[in-house]
Amino acid sequence: MLRFAPALALALFLAPIAAGLLGTLLPALGYLPAIGGERLSLQPWRDLLAYPGFAASLRLSLTIGLAATALSLALAIALCATLSGTRLPRLQRLFTPVLAAPHAALAIGFAFLVAPSGWLARLVSPWLTGWTLPPPIATVHDPWGVAAILGLTLKEVPYLVLMIGAAMNQLPVQPSLSLARSMGYGRIAAWLKAILPQVYPQIRLPVYAVLAFSLSSVEIGLVLAPGSPPPLAVLAARWFADYDLQQYFPAAAAAILQLLLVVLAIALWHLAERVAAFFGRIWITYGRRRGVETPMLLTGLALAAIVVVLALASLLLLGLWSFAADWRYPDALPADWTLATWQGQATSLQPLASTTLLVGLVAACLAVALALACLENEQRRRRRPGAGALWVIYVPLLVPQIAFLFGSQVALVRGGFDGTLGAVIWAHLLFVFPYVFLSLADPWRSFDPRYARTAAALGAGPLAVFWRVKLPRLLKPVLVALAVGFGASAGQYLPTLFAGAGRIATLTTEAVTLSSGGDRRVVGLYTLLAAFLPWLFYGAAITLPALLFRRRKGLQ
Amino acid sequence: MSAALLLSAVEIRLGQTVLVPRLDLEVAPGEIVTVMGASGAGKSTLLAFIAGFLDPAFSAQGRVLLGDDDISPLPAEQRRVGLLFQDDLLFPHLSVGENLAFGLGAAVRGRTARQARIEAALDQAGLAGMAARDPGTLSGGQRARVALMRTLLAEPRALLLDEPFNRLDAALRRDFAAFVFDHARAQSLPTLLVTHDIADAEASRGRIIRIVE
Repeated sequence: MLRFAPALALALFLAPIAAGLLGTLLPALGYLPAIGGERLSLQPWRDLLAYPGFAASLRLSLTIGLAATALSLALAIALCATLSGTRLPRLQRLFTPVLAAPHAALAIGFAFLVAPSGWLARLVSPWLTGWTLPPPIATVHDPWGVAAILGLTLKEVPYLVLMIGAAMNQLPVQPSLSLARSMGYGRIAAWLKAILPQVYPQIRLPVYAVLAFSLSSVEIGLVLAPGSPPPLAVLAARWFADYDLQQYFPAAAAAILQLLLVVLAIALWHLAERVAAFFGRIWITYGRRRGVETPMLLTGLALAAIVVVLALASLLLLGLWSFAADWRYPDALPADWTLATWQGQATSLQPLASTTLLVGLVAACLAVALALACLENEQRRRRRPGAGALWVIYVPLLVPQIAFLFGSQVALVRGGFDGTLGAVIWAHLLFVFPYVFLSLADPWRSFDPRYARTAAALGAGPLAVFWRVKLPRLLKPVLVALAVGFGASAGQYLPTLFAGAGRIATLTTEAVTLSSGGDRRVVGLYTLLAAFLPWLFYGAAITLPALLFRRRKGLQ
Repeated sequence: MSAALLLSAVEIRLGQTVLVPRLDLEVAPGEIVTVMGASGAGKSTLLAFIAGFLDPAFSAQGRVLLGDDDISPLPAEQRRVGLLFQDDLLFPHLSVGENLAFGLGAAVRGRTARQARIEAALDQAGLAGMAARDPGTLSGGQRARVALMRTLLAEPRALLLDEPFNRLDAALRRDFAAFVFDHARAQSLPTLLVTHDIADAEASRGRIIRIVE
């Protein structure tokens, strides 16, 4: 049974993604008999190129993707280089609400913060600015995509810091830093020259995942990027949702182009890595003990601190709005507080929250079970998968969702499964499994095998060892993986939309839908809950083991 | 030009526990002094204090001097105290030669001059022509010698050895210990060795100090 787990995991991902890509590629070449596309043609591409804002749309996507990734990576490196040591783990606890929150929730909160009528403007008005009405400046949906870049950074900086922290746990960081410093290198130079080159290969795939997401995220585009022309992925999603079914053809072409864009951007990034490595090697071996890196990284640290504060403030602001009774511009705080929004929305919130919970729980549990099966199989057969397997796990995070979800939906429609909870859970599983597996793999693999051998020597079979030794010992990482999986599910926007055929909504999809022009109190409430549910799971993952094992000091 | 390493009234505590009782010590240039004690007795803590890495959890008194210079207020990177650990800590992202270049100061300018210094260091270590090698392909003994050369290229004013022979097997251990001590004496470095193995201490043919709580 167990040895089929990796194959099952592969079949779960690669097959539907490949089928989905093909199902998007054919309409992109004019072939979709169901709506009259009988012959292959390049007409969809001609239509796409004829779209008046095509070049601007493409440029916008590339700018947002590359700038958000570069900025996030630079700030995450600045944070880790300046705070490496005891302060980093403490900081990571502060990140938990940001890591748990869906991208969309942070983006919506961020829009509440920086919009002309947002909190930042209110804090300095009218006493500093003289504004008594929101100024006519496009701070959100700006034509350059700055708001989208910053909105992405809010979530990606903590994520990359987490990844760098995990990579550092595998390295002798403190002795290496001591050694470099004893040779005269300053603390920050020592980290950049001795630690970063060892860390980067470990975080390369997460960085590519950030790049792919930043290039192709539809929900961030909808909430923060300009609308005409929008980023390419938003354009494709808009055409896919059009009443005129003939729009499927240019939409599919745009979706395939989005895939090419991601491939191109990753290739570019890889090239930049090589160039950086070349010059970095010269820089490292030149022997200079002191340079401009310290002021540069301290500036980065200050910027990263601002990003973290903005992210937390965005979440806080959602809560403020949900309890606001009357909040006029430019008051910094509501004149009065109320529970009316919560009470008024309770009946419409309840089904959304249960769908979110149900889908998230089922997807996360399935993913954890599958990941445990894969890891257990790997341990029993003493086979460590190679680097290629890691790429396979990352495939769903690297291929833009818009490029294969339409094709998958076509397949679902044909099978009569579209718009069912099962379809939504399956679509979520694609994106939940990688995060769950990656979060479980390190603790599971580094679990001291002598415990299992001791148990086996005492007569316990593999099953007993799994249930009675490994699982209790690793309960915390398992629960954390469950929370990570739930968070990933709760954050999905496009997969819910496509697999749910628009009939199944979660808190996140509803929040994004409402965010364009809805009442801020209502939007705030929905978005807050979308961020709060995953956070609950993270909290439970941290407190439950402590509670269960309160009499076991070694497990605290 | 070489100066002695002086510890003046050094005492290190962890909370109420005295880890290193009051210690006054002068290590002359080229002299090797061994500090012995059971594991957990604060030997490594003493080295961390001298090199400037003492964890803030500890409280320490006393001063560290190199000749007349009081280096106790200086940050680690300005003390110029060379370290050698149990692990060689060769950076896997750099070649053998690049690891040595990491240690070599920027005062040696120009590609050819730097490469010449690195080749000379490799030659001394019996590793001539291995600059381009990946440290991962070297034997344990070779790696240990590269690690020492890297530390020495940074031109330290004193040398601290934190059980650097532990990972090596018996035969290698003797050779490498002799290699380290010869270099320390040749460069007139005041050297402090921390170990729990009496054989290492005897090999140094120097004074032995025991730390007892």
